[in-house]
Amino acid sequence: MARNVTQQRKIINTAAAWAVGLLIFFPILWTILTSFKTEAQAIADPPIFLGFDWTLENYQAVLERSNYSRFLWNSIIIAGGSTILGIIIAVPAAWSMAFVPSKRTKDILLWMLSTKMLPAVGVLYPIYLLFISLGILDSKIGLVIVLMLINLPIIVWMLYTYFKEIPGEILEAARMDGASLKDEVLYVLTPMAIPGIASTMLLNVILAWNEAFWTLNLTAAKAAPLTAFIASYSSPEGLFYAKLSAASTMAIAPILILGWFSQKQLVSGLTFGAVK
Amino acid sequence: MFFKNSLYAATAMSLITAGGAVAETITIATVNNGDMIRMQGYTDDFTAKTGHDVEWVTLEENVLRQRVTTDISTKGGAFDIMTIGMYETPIWGANGWLVPLNDLSAEYDAADILPAMAGGLSHEGTLYAAPFYGESSMIMYRKDLMEKAGLEMPKAPTWEFIGEAAAAMTDRDNDINGICLRGKAGWGEGGAFITAMSNSFGARWFDMDWNAQFDTEAWANTLNFYKNMMDASGPAGYATNGFNENLSLFQQGKCGMWIDATVAASFVTNPDDSTVADKVGFALAPDTGLGKRSNWLWAWALAIPAGTQNESAAKEFIEWATSKDYIELVAAKEGWANVPPGARKSLYENPEYQKVPFAEMTLESILSADPQNSTVEPSPYVGIQFAAIPEFAGIATEVSQEFSAAYAGQQTVEEALAKAQDITNEAMEAAGYR
Amino acid sequence: MATQHSRSAARLMMAPAVVLLLGWMLVPLTMTLYFSFRKYLPLRGGDLGWVGFDNYVRFVSSSSFWPSVMTTLIIVGGVLAITVILGIGLAVLLNQPMWGQGMVRILVIAPFFVMPTVSALVWKNMFMDPNYGLLAHLWELFGATPVEWLSQASLTSIVMIVSWQWLPFATLILLTAIQSLDSEQLEAAEMDGAPASKRFAFITLPHLGRAITVVILIQTIFLLSIFAEIFVTTGGAFGTKTLTYLIFQRVLESQNVGLGSAGGVYAIILANIVAIFLMRIVGKNLDA
Repeated sequence: MARNVTQQRKIINTAAAWAVGLLIFFPILWTILTSFKTEAQAIADPPIFLGFDWTLENYQAVLERSNYSRFLWNSIIIAGGSTILGIIIAVPAAWSMAFVPSKRTKDILLWMLSTKMLPAVGVLYPIYLLFISLGILDSKIGLVIVLMLINLPIIVWMLYTYFKEIPGEILEAARMDGASLKDEVLYVLTPMAIPGIASTMLLNVILAWNEAFWTLNLTAAKAAPLTAFIASYSSPEGLFYAKLSAASTMAIAPILILGWFSQKQLVSGLTFGAVK
Repeated sequence: MFFKNSLYAATAMSLITAGGAVAETITIATVNNGDMIRMQGYTDDFTAKTGHDVEWVTLEENVLRQRVTTDISTKGGAFDIMTIGMYETPIWGANGWLVPLNDLSAEYDAADILPAMAGGLSHEGTLYAAPFYGESSMIMYRKDLMEKAGLEMPKAPTWEFIGEAAAAMTDRDNDINGICLRGKAGWGEGGAFITAMSNSFGARWFDMDWNAQFDTEAWANTLNFYKNMMDASGPAGYATNGFNENLSLFQQGKCGMWIDATVAASFVTNPDDSTVADKVGFALAPDTGLGKRSNWLWAWALAIPAGTQNESAAKEFIEWATSKDYIELVAAKEGWANVPPGARKSLYENPEYQKVPFAEMTLESILSADPQNSTVEPSPYVGIQFAAIPEFAGIATEVSQEFSAAYAGQQTVEEALAKAQDITNEAMEAAGYR
Repeated sequence: MATQHSRSAARLMMAPAVVLLLGWMLVPLTMTLYFSFRKYLPLRGGDLGWVGFDNYVRFVSSSSFWPSVMTTLIIVGGVLAITVILGIGLAVLLNQPMWGQGMVRILVIAPFFVMPTVSALVWKNMFMDPNYGLLAHLWELFGATPVEWLSQASLTSIVMIVSWQWLPFATLILLTAIQSLDSEQLEAAEMDGAPASKRFAFITLPHLGRAITVVILIQTIFLLSIFAEIFVTTGGAFGTKTLTYLIFQRVLESQNVGLGSAGGVYAIILANIVAIFLMRIVGKNLDA
């Protein structure tokens, strides 16, 4: 009897969860489907769900017109580079905040977060002028630095909350055994922190990949990532839903796939100290 | 061996018109309109002729404007060629931000550029941008629906007739809207349309002392007429429709009439994209009998920012892209209907092009547009659908946002005009005009 | 107890992050402050001199200022409310036993991976367009007149789009929090005959307090500066002009860098008010 009840509940749960999941996912699914339609089918009335002539012509058109591989490569370098650079800077900072806290630690942390609230548009001119004088306009290195700085507060905080969950006794035990600071970080802390660092990196890659203000405004041809690629397909002349869908799919697919493969990691890591 | 090579090099050099012996890479910012995308496809032809490579930065219009304006006003130097319009060119030229195009080669034949276009792209007589294509605006209408409504489109109709025809052609059951017009916020979208329309109703943006004129009856008449007609005969959500939205509505056979850029004519008559390609007629933009029609004048043009490293290569590109040869190249590959229109006199003298159904009406529309005298009452500014002052884009975008809110029914026409009046006077005061 | 040695080492380790962020904050901030006191009109020759507090006065006295602050707060508040409430519901649902849990989780978190520009474009064109949008077809299916989303329900539409993007983030954090809940406690309560609603209100919800705070804090930081969603969909028309967007309009569309910079300073002040407010709550919660 009880078993039947739980079985029944499981069925209901499954149905409900799948319904909600598909609803949330639907806009993405629809975009992917539309990318395989002709432009005329993309705006057909009533809309065609699956029974259309699948075609690759939109992908062909997009590939022919744009140097997709270069945009993709720039996105990978910028997102990856800013993440690695950010982690190198953030790990020591978060470590010291978590294990050698002082009275000011929390103020510093919250101050760091508050730098993220500067409205980007308001400082576009200053930053643009700065980039010109440094000669890093339309360069990947310039974007790597900017995106690293933008996301640094978030990753410092995420790492900090991680490190804080590592019990201090372990470290003290290590210290008792005569481990140096270096040993402590390398052999005790790092292995325990790797899952946290991994999910922090993932989040940073996602955020950097999707950043669309600086990546668009500080690039021209050489360093332009996928956000600029998309800007050449939004509202052109004539019908464009299918081609826009193809371009969108190409822009989000790499990060979507990465996210799906690592979702377990992300799910377990994305806590920001919410679990105590 | 060495000799042979240098001989080739020398021959190559003599083929290249304006110096620039070294192959360079130029970066071009352009808008993602059909004709520019087509130009991108022919880049190889340019590279083969000159040896220069081209990097394209193709962006949607709003992003492009934001991008090139930031770059030029900070002298960023990210682009060697920028695609700009008739609004920016004289202002930037006056600021000394653009390379003057007064030394183009003889075979380029700069005198062949339509005077209306050359005039709008010059500052004090010096050309600062070469028109890639030019446009005015006109009526595109469905001949079959017009006939069904028992009406006949005159060559030069009045707004009154357009209103009546729109009502007669509207067939809500069959999803046919009598008229499709821009209502989308933005100075280059709905703002451009309503400003050009207001000219024919006797309105103007500023009086001779730069006072905003939105409190005049002429503006109230313009907006009321527009809104009443669109509410009765326009498509759903017209307050967010711009050029592109209306284009696809018209191509899908959902509009009886559409008053917009003359370049749209080749899109709506192209059977590949348009379901109504063989049913489209053309007429001059309407008036109200006050002496001004509601057609505008615009050109998308290529300009070189001052200070670029690749000036000579950039000039070579401009000479290539806006040349007679380019037009013939496109005509040979894609047919005369698809060449970039509205820039050169010789195109309209070409008997092949005269066969294109919209050629004559396009030329007539362009020729009837006069940016120097665009309003019924005198105005202090140059420009038809804009006023060529630096502050205009910002002001007109905000004003058109108020108008769009009125179209969508969020406020009344009177409220929108009152706000427009305040916004404009406020901004003009800030800029030191008043 | 940490030694003197490890304290100085800690300071050294923190230095790069702190110095970099200080630079990232101070350099643009100083330049913004400087510009905000200048008449800086790029199209009229650039820096035209000192104007005192003119820009500040003009920015606030503009008729668009207060509405834009309100719009900002409505969007931030609306998205927070939706994502937190739906996020809790989803987290509870996903925590139940079911078939294909991993797959459902993938579906739910997918929107988080989509660039804001792409999601705005997709929603605007393929869902909210009154002629071709799927929502319009859906409305017609039930015999209703399609809603003109982006003009007639503009703020609602933007809140919807942004909520769709941030719901996965809220759900994920809340889900991990729920998973850490002691299931024995819940079972004991069930044995005692406490109904599901009571169990949720007295056990689950208090346990989620900390996670909710985290969601609110992080999302607020991102939501205060949303831009792409508005730029792509309404361009600031129909009452969707946020403070960020108003600054954009002043700096880029009106080409008045001085005025825009003054606006930037106001935005920083607003952000800090929100931040102080938030930190009051978070600070307490983080200590616990």
